[in-house]
Amino acid sequence: MMPGTPGIMIPLPNNLIIFFFEYIRHFGKTVMKIPVFRISLIATASFLPISLILLVVFLVIYSWPAIEYNQFHFLWTNDWNLGNLYGNPVEVDGHQIMPGAKYGVWFLVVGTIVSSVLAMLMAMPVAVGAAYFLSEGIRKSWSGPLSLFVDLLAAIPSVVYGLWGYALLVPLFGNTIFPFLTDIFSFIPFLNGSPGSGYGLLTSAFVLAVMIIPLISATLRESIQMIEPALKEAGLSLGLTRPEVFWHIILPKLKKVLIGVGILALGRALGETMAVLMVSGNALNYLPGNIYAPISTMAAFIASQLDSALQDPTNMAVEALSEIALVLLLITILVNISARLILWMEKVR
Amino acid sequence: MAASKTMEKQLSTKALQPKVFKMSLWRKLMTVFASVAVFASFAFLAIMFLSIIGDVLIHAWPALNIKLLTEITNGIGGGLKNAIEGSIVISVGSILLAAPIGISAGIYLSEHGHGMAGQALRFLSDVLVGVPSIVLGYVGYITMVIYLGWQFSVAAGIITLTIMLLPYIARSTELAISNIPLAVREAGYGLGAGEGRIVFKILLPGAAPAIMTGLFYSVALSMGETAPLLYTAGWSNYMWSGNLTKEPIGYLTYVIWTFINEPFAESHMLAFAAAFLITAGVLALILLGRWYMVRAQKRMGAYR
Repeated sequence: MMPGTPGIMIPLPNNLIIFFFEYIRHFGKTVMKIPVFRISLIATASFLPISLILLVVFLVIYSWPAIEYNQFHFLWTNDWNLGNLYGNPVEVDGHQIMPGAKYGVWFLVVGTIVSSVLAMLMAMPVAVGAAYFLSEGIRKSWSGPLSLFVDLLAAIPSVVYGLWGYALLVPLFGNTIFPFLTDIFSFIPFLNGSPGSGYGLLTSAFVLAVMIIPLISATLRESIQMIEPALKEAGLSLGLTRPEVFWHIILPKLKKVLIGVGILALGRALGETMAVLMVSGNALNYLPGNIYAPISTMAAFIASQLDSALQDPTNMAVEALSEIALVLLLITILVNISARLILWMEKVR
Repeated sequence: MAASKTMEKQLSTKALQPKVFKMSLWRKLMTVFASVAVFASFAFLAIMFLSIIGDVLIHAWPALNIKLLTEITNGIGGGLKNAIEGSIVISVGSILLAAPIGISAGIYLSEHGHGMAGQALRFLSDVLVGVPSIVLGYVGYITMVIYLGWQFSVAAGIITLTIMLLPYIARSTELAISNIPLAVREAGYGLGAGEGRIVFKILLPGAAPAIMTGLFYSVALSMGETAPLLYTAGWSNYMWSGNLTKEPIGYLTYVIWTFINEPFAESHMLAFAAAFLITAGVLALILLGRWYMVRAQKRMGAYR
């Protein structure tokens, strides 16, 4: 036997410790059959689920006073007011709050949902069209570079989208396009009325739409390429044109994928912060009367209001914000779970 | 006999005068309309992309000078030295923390992820992708900044971003490793290699280009994030002195959204310069990752 192998290693005092550990390792590996690698792999990997669970747990614990005080009917009242921050805290229902403080956020619920849904309605047709163009409409050698270009659009940081919206879209929309739209659609409710300043619902929805189109389009493009060519050839041999094959054969097959990806993109739009923060007008306690009116969303509100909520000595405002964060988290988790279930059934990653 | 002859005659006349297949006008119109609409939707995306890049570039152009790299920000102007340093520190720190955990999770998903535990992990990582970044930032704020008393600090920002990056790295690693054929693993086991040796000597080197592309993408993602950092990393006008806690740090994306709200032209130029730097950095990282992947595939036929 070679010297140094664990079997004949002499336990001298200077290498007694090394021998001890080597022996434990050897014993664990051979006699007790402990899969050392597997255990360390699982231990490291489990940080991922643990972090998600801790996220929810911490948020619930921190916002517990606000949940007790507001319950969940604060979601459909419309009066966010930090109260008189220079007064003395008063006790209501066993909780210290500032005098006159109210934490209703119905305007945020409306702003979040309407802007995201509007964005999805605008994004869906364009994304389907772009996905078709990239997968079927052009020759294969071009589709690679052009797809890369759409992927790059998805990678632009959201704050740069916000900057673009702020610097280019808001003046353009506010001065030219919104007045024009109110003029020609003056007979349609929600499209008529005051064109506003450019900050608002439609601008936010437009920016959100541009952000989510690449996401929808990328997944859809891959799904289109996964469809068996025999189906397309069958359609073509029946005399259908290429767009007709797409419309009558491919799209019906991809119906569920389309729904799943749409919901996934909706979840992304619901949670988008910076871009919306910079173009939405940050309305407070105000329900939009038409699609040009300023709004605010839950995510943008949390980002913009934390500074002023910190002025509240009772800390209830910060806890109320954390309750909003919790509601937003639960909504996006629900949306994501439903989208993933649909996509899993269709075997799309 | 006569009947068959008439039939033959009918057949032959039919064969001589085939019915010309004609598309209805409606179908022709719809086909043309569809082609135009499909091209228009791609053109829309192209115009949006070019207008974003163009807008940022045009506004940032006058501000792009050496001052950006040599001076720190002050209230309304100055350079971006501290913000550039901060962005790099935060991205590198978060990728160093996220890569081992994410890659481990990816290995677990691809090698043992077929049971209930694997499905649950995959599902939770998909859910974690969907968690809004501002919620992550808020939780980072209440846990690390307030409860642990780290104040606005580098560590809080890095850990928050790490949680955001984990699922992306895990899924890209899983995809990369599961594309390696089973026979390669069997060859390794057949030579007597253990599980750890298979992963470190066979799977990870084989999947390295694809994993690296995922890591590049994650760095790009972490560079572009603002919302998770607003209330964890804070903001500082000075260079980072090396403390992990109790010292805020500046970063480029913060410059974009605060300096654009200042009423001064100099601040606006700085905001656009920061946007240009961050966009260029993000796009360059992604292109670099793609290029690396393509090159590795050409050179040694790496697994996709």
